[in-house]
Amino acid sequence: MPVIIETQGNALTYETIEPEAGLKAALATSRADLVDTIRDSGLMGRGGAGFPTGMKWGFCAAEKADQKYVICNADEGEPGTFKDRVILTRFADLVLEGMTIGGYAVGASLGIIYLRAEYTYLRPHLNDVIQKRRAAGLLGHDVCGVEGFDFDVIVAMGAGAYVCGEETALIESLEGFRGEPRNRPPFPVVAGLLNNPTVVNNVETLASVAAIMAKGTEWFKSFGTDKSSGYKLFSVSGDCDKPGVYEFPWGITVAELLKEVGGEGAKAVQIGGASGVCVPARDFERRLAFEDIPTGGSVMVIGPDRDILDVAENFLEFFVEESCGQCTPCRLGNPQMLEAVKLLKAGACPPEFLENVKELAGTMQVASKCGLGQTSPSAFLSILEGFGDEIHNRAAGA
Amino acid sequence: MATTMTNDELRADIEALVERLGPGRASLIPILADVKRRFHEIDSETMQTIADVLDIHPVEVHSVASFYAFLHSAPEGQFVIRLCGTLPCDFAGKQAVADALRTELGIGFDETTEDGLFTLEWTSCMGMCDQGPALLVNDEVHTRVTPEKAKAVVAACRAAAVAKEA
Repeated sequence: MPVIIETQGNALTYETIEPEAGLKAALATSRADLVDTIRDSGLMGRGGAGFPTGMKWGFCAAEKADQKYVICNADEGEPGTFKDRVILTRFADLVLEGMTIGGYAVGASLGIIYLRAEYTYLRPHLNDVIQKRRAAGLLGHDVCGVEGFDFDVIVAMGAGAYVCGEETALIESLEGFRGEPRNRPPFPVVAGLLNNPTVVNNVETLASVAAIMAKGTEWFKSFGTDKSSGYKLFSVSGDCDKPGVYEFPWGITVAELLKEVGGEGAKAVQIGGASGVCVPARDFERRLAFEDIPTGGSVMVIGPDRDILDVAENFLEFFVEESCGQCTPCRLGNPQMLEAVKLLKAGACPPEFLENVKELAGTMQVASKCGLGQTSPSAFLSILEGFGDEIHNRAAGA
Repeated sequence: MATTMTNDELRADIEALVERLGPGRASLIPILADVKRRFHEIDSETMQTIADVLDIHPVEVHSVASFYAFLHSAPEGQFVIRLCGTLPCDFAGKQAVADALRTELGIGFDETTEDGLFTLEWTSCMGMCDQGPALLVNDEVHTRVTPEKAKAVVAACRAAAVAKEA
């Protein structure tokens, strides 16, 4: 039996999806049409980067290779994110269905779930679900009786490294190396695991694929906005009455979300985890959507009595710890931002030093090798911008 | 670990793992995780043996082990207690839990008790943000941890260790 760790929230669409309906619909479709269907749905990666899933699959499907892979990125390490844990606990079959659909679409025969070490307790549950699917003919040789379509899934474990959520670092880790991101191109869809074409999708993306195939693209597009189709799971934590996993259509405002979770009165909300942006109360009418505030779903509510510099310090300590150290901007930039925040807290940050660090943060955003260093300045810069008065008054000893 | 196993036994053990996991480089991390779980450290002799069996340089083994938070080669206690340090757990009161653990164990973070039973560490977000403070004891998750609950967790580990000895 899986360890059920009760998480609150609202009703999730995944509860209403008929098991295997998506897989059956997908297998009754030609591969090219299947990729087109996912492309038409407008589904964009739910891990945070928001790359169009259909396009990713199309690239991988176009590659000619004897072996291709579908990797489920279950290295959910972004601070404040736990929706993948809930999906893997409650809807693992949907995720495996999505992987199988992906395998069929791109021509892969092996799927790998890369599960973070902190979720080791979920491993027996996932293996159990995989075993049952094999026994039911939903994995293995000639899946669902479709001749020539062989697809199996294994679980591989992470070992405690945030950066392995980055897809090329994840692949390095699977190959037995340090989880250091690769230069791109080539992208994993061309040369990924063991140099073979590889699709890496987030847990929630794969579950959404199964839902889209079960209920159709028009149904999916009836949620959300023109540019951000569908619904999204949000991991809500921090200073609110009802933390948990919530499903909302894209386009909900920060204020609307706060009302649902009992977080009214917050002074700020950190959207997108430590690598996301800090939204001050005056901007709570902004929308959670790819065209406004894009996010993998982490929503950390910051109450009126919190010190915003404590927030910045917590995130920067995290990045100093988790930077893989491979590229210079990230390895050296994060400690400088942390130093600036510590000095600001002490009311002893020379203005010229702060200006230099801000410039360095800008350099990190363009010159770091992977998403970690490119996004770690976001919270720092948005806090300086959004809470300039609070920080300034404090520095002045007010 | 060298004190409890001979080189030949260790080598046979690792060869058995490679037999199961495959001879490729991809087996390295699962091997290290397995060694760590059983022996609570990965000493240089073990790294050399793993390198021999996988036919790679021992520096490669060290390089990988030192990269991952859960594979650090330094000796650790039978129970590794990892307290989540990230923001929501901070808001939920991680500091009081940290103080309780320090007092109860008599060690600081990144230290191991003299009896080899406990190691105390901070960890990055462990995905329990809606029910912090959260901690991991080896693979086991504990949520909504109070200082009292933290002491009870430690007591339960001690009892489990005594039961194992008996």
